[in-house]
Amino acid sequence: MPEPRKLKYDVADLRTLTREDLDALEIGAGILGTGGGGNPYQGKLLALEAMKAGYELKILATDRIEPDALCMAIGGIGAPVVSVERIREGREGVRCLRAMEELIRTPIDAVVCEEIGGSNSMSPLVTAALGGLPMLDCDGMGRAFPEMQMTTFSIYGHSSTPSVMCDLHGNTVIFSHAVSEVWHERMARACVVAQGGGAMLATAPMQAHYVHQYGIPKSYTKAIALGEAVIRARKAQEDPIAAVCALEGGRRIFNGKITDLKRHLRGGFAVGDVALAGFDDFAGETADVAIQNEFLIFRRNGMVEVTVPDLIVLLDVDTGYPITTEMLRYGQRVAVVAIPCHELLRTVQALDVVGPAAFGYPEITYSPLPSPTRKAA
Amino acid sequence: MKRIGIDVGGTNTDAVLIDGETIVASIKVPTTQDVLSGVKAALAHVAGHRDSVASPIDAVMIGTTHFTNAVVERARLERVAAIRIALPTGASLPPMCDWPEDLRAAVDPLIFMVHGGHEYDGSPLVPMVPDEIREAAMKIRDAGITSIAISATFSPLTTECEVKAAEIVRSVIPDARITLSHTLGRIGLLERENVALLNAALQSLGKTTVQAFSDALREAGVTAPFFLTQNDGTVALADVAATNPVHSFASGPTNSMRGAAWLTGLTDAMVVDVGGTTSDIGCLAGGFPREANNIVHVGGVRTLFRMPDLLPIALGGGTIIDPATSKIGPRSVGYRILTEALVFGGETLTTSDVAVAAGLIDMGDRDRVKGLDPAFVEASLARIRDMVADSFDQMKTSAEDVPLIAVGGGAFLIPETVPGASEVLRVENAGVANALGAAMAQVSGEVDQVFSGMSRDEALAKAEAEARNTAVASGADRASLKTLEVEDIPIAYLPGGARRVRVRVIGDIAFS
Repeated sequence: MPEPRKLKYDVADLRTLTREDLDALEIGAGILGTGGGGNPYQGKLLALEAMKAGYELKILATDRIEPDALCMAIGGIGAPVVSVERIREGREGVRCLRAMEELIRTPIDAVVCEEIGGSNSMSPLVTAALGGLPMLDCDGMGRAFPEMQMTTFSIYGHSSTPSVMCDLHGNTVIFSHAVSEVWHERMARACVVAQGGGAMLATAPMQAHYVHQYGIPKSYTKAIALGEAVIRARKAQEDPIAAVCALEGGRRIFNGKITDLKRHLRGGFAVGDVALAGFDDFAGETADVAIQNEFLIFRRNGMVEVTVPDLIVLLDVDTGYPITTEMLRYGQRVAVVAIPCHELLRTVQALDVVGPAAFGYPEITYSPLPSPTRKAA
Repeated sequence: MKRIGIDVGGTNTDAVLIDGETIVASIKVPTTQDVLSGVKAALAHVAGHRDSVASPIDAVMIGTTHFTNAVVERARLERVAAIRIALPTGASLPPMCDWPEDLRAAVDPLIFMVHGGHEYDGSPLVPMVPDEIREAAMKIRDAGITSIAISATFSPLTTECEVKAAEIVRSVIPDARITLSHTLGRIGLLERENVALLNAALQSLGKTTVQAFSDALREAGVTAPFFLTQNDGTVALADVAATNPVHSFASGPTNSMRGAAWLTGLTDAMVVDVGGTTSDIGCLAGGFPREANNIVHVGGVRTLFRMPDLLPIALGGGTIIDPATSKIGPRSVGYRILTEALVFGGETLTTSDVAVAAGLIDMGDRDRVKGLDPAFVEASLARIRDMVADSFDQMKTSAEDVPLIAVGGGAFLIPETVPGASEVLRVENAGVANALGAAMAQVSGEVDQVFSGMSRDEALAKAEAEARNTAVASGADRASLKTLEVEDIPIAYLPGGARRVRVRVIGDIAFS
């Protein structure tokens, strides 16, 4: 028996998530997925099963843990189409955790989310619950991005290796060193194909002060609040879109009907373009949204208006539910909401990795959406 | 050629007798609590017209909501067992983990997860262990369960595990009724497995329903072969259809669309079927309903399988209009329209009352809506027009104008012109389009499996031959069979040039 671990946080600061929180998180993570990130539904089921089995899902604010606590970020990697058939075994994440602890010969104190948008919002919760650890209330993107080097942790200098990758068979792969974050991404992609198209990957642990400084704060509470706002607005028969905007400093930039949809695969990514014809206040205008796994660029009447890394979210105009890129179809009525991304994604360093040029739009200069007015917490 | 078509809906049971292209008789009766007496009444009426046609009836086609209702009401379902061949994948999400509690309780499942299954490239995930299947089968036998659903990872690509497991189960439980997930569903294990489990839970009901219809026909003196309508616009011999009740889900709207096609002679059009409580808008392509390509919830269960792509609108003949705000729906008086609507002596303002006031249709007592403010009536109709136009536009797949056919008891609510529609067609007998669609249905046969150890041409020929045999077994006339779709995908990492081939053939009903 290992010695009882000394906790680096006060258990009174933990928030235990409920079933209702997970329902809200499913919607909120979908909104923050900006069209990509995979469907959080299966992840929610996994979290619910963990809950049914008696595990508790707890989140903790990043400033309520000792600065030297050791935090491990984790997420799923692979092809979404494979994951609907080849469902997780369930303990991949916790095997990553144990393998990492063994590798660095130090116990981990808390788990961190790489990507709050889409399915990767749920899987770290299960890892944390099964491992008996708190989940820090933050993430490395504040949205969804297609590649691992696009986390704020990597952008601001944390080296994500040594990392541990576990599949459902029990295979464990350790990447002891990658010369760059992009190399790490490239090798991990090759490995996940060999593992059958899906695995969990835990990156080199960070100290809590680094996570606090460079993580996108309050990701879980924000995503849950977003989902709750949509659910509440629908119950009260109020406008869910307005509720979403009010929370995140977002703005409804368009109401439109999809009039054309082009999609193709380019270098393994789902690339495409959605054309919209405006209605209501936007009648007579046209808009289009460029897709590369996520919604990247919004143009009104041909002029670029919002670009990555700011969030471009498509919501069902009536229900307020998020629309992912694979759900798009002709005739759909959508509200386009633009949400300012966090300041950490707006620096020169960050824009090198997640700005328009990084996605193949060197001609587009990022011009930030007005930031939300800061509210006293 | 004489056929009787019957469509049992939630509100009405419709029946028609057709002789070639002529409608000899049609009737609409309220659907009864026990369903069967409504069918008997409808049947007695149309069968009574038999004498007006020279020869006996050749076939009877019945479309029914029995199976959907059983799932929705959590009633008349049987106990099932699930065997999932997928370990180590999915260990954390056992079969039925996301079913509503009450439905799960109604089928009281015995669940087994065993090793096996395949990867996305067709290679084995881990070897299947026959003893695990045998042990599960023995426990299922000991529990007295005979309806079993078997699923395996990537079984739509590689059916091997499900097929082998079924053989093992049958060796232990000779009278087992087995649903293999790959025969019904698509990629998406949980959703495909859900379809197989729903199908398993409906096995007994399938059998008793077919028996009851058969008795009703005999009582009415009809001895012709009888078929159940399927949700892809075809029919299958009742005994065959009884083993796949899930294929009857949403067959009502499909029948309406097919009936509309037949009545107008159009094969590519949009169809709106206006009922008492809701309307459905669907799309006909080549005379058959376009299939939904997304998750469809049935009784709270997520499914992904062959279902028509329908957009429901909360607009029907019984939809309530708020006299204060002129808000339309979503509530409806439903089947109580004949007592609650103003024109029928009731106290509730409905869309039908507004239509009568505007002179769109004449029914009930027109004087009872004389007092409605013409401006209010016009505003309400304008709202209805907007609802129809929005939904129509959402279901269109291109910007080009397409015809819109309005059918169903409330078809009078559909405006004369709809933006984006090249024309709005109304037809006589639109009220019984569903029964007509049932009567006109053809028989199909489908094969979707992996062939290996042969050339592509040989594989396609073999698949087509099997699809034709399936169609004939379902009651098709072999000479009339046409191939509707052929699709083949080569599969890597399997010896012998394996490929997945899907062939669908369709033909007329064989009459002996």
